[in-house]
Amino acid sequence: MMYAVAAAGVVVTMLMVLVRALVGPSIYNRILAVNVFGTLSVMLIAIYGFVDGRPEFLDLAIVYALINFIGTIAVTKYVTFSDMGHGDDGDPAGDI
Amino acid sequence: MDAVLDALSWIFIVGGIVFSLIGGYGLLKLKDVYARLHAASLIDTLGVGLIMTGLMFQAGLTLVTAKLALILVFIFFTSPTATFALARAAINHDVLPEVDTPEERAMAHETKTDTGVA
Repeated sequence: MMYAVAAAGVVVTMLMVLVRALVGPSIYNRILAVNVFGTLSVMLIAIYGFVDGRPEFLDLAIVYALINFIGTIAVTKYVTFSDMGHGDDGDPAGDI
Repeated sequence: MDAVLDALSWIFIVGGIVFSLIGGYGLLKLKDVYARLHAASLIDTLGVGLIMTGLMFQAGLTLVTAKLALILVFIFFTSPTATFALARAAINHDVLPEVDTPEERAMAHETKTDTGVA
């Protein structure tokens, strides 16, 4: 029962984040919202595993967490440099 | 002992949900992308952290707990990196923070030249 409450809370948060992703206004707001949406998906999958009594779902959550990060960095890098193969040019912050 | 663990786990999970909701509300309400990054980091740190800890109390000392800890560690390290990359991309594309005074505006420009991409 309490898992359902937790899942409902996550879903409500996801809806709020989705509104931000849809209204924007800039690309950065959208990337941010999609990143947070991915994090919330990880939470939802983890909770759903417990609702269903099948915690194997956590493997999916791990994959989501990794893909979400790589996706966000890739899109951010593409938006910044218009190029996925951009080097770091001696920048101490690297090429992200 | 079981009841204590159960109660502790629900306190953590409800706390995580509350922080997630606050973060989502902040993401809707705050006025520019830099302010919204703060709201997002609330979900990425306290939201995920508290919920995963709560689920760990439910799972006990099993492989499930190890996987939850793994997710927690991934998000703990990747979320600040993604936030940093996003803020850096935004400031280098002339998205300046919404500020109240000319001095603050000058500071924002200064930050931009400090982190400028070649």
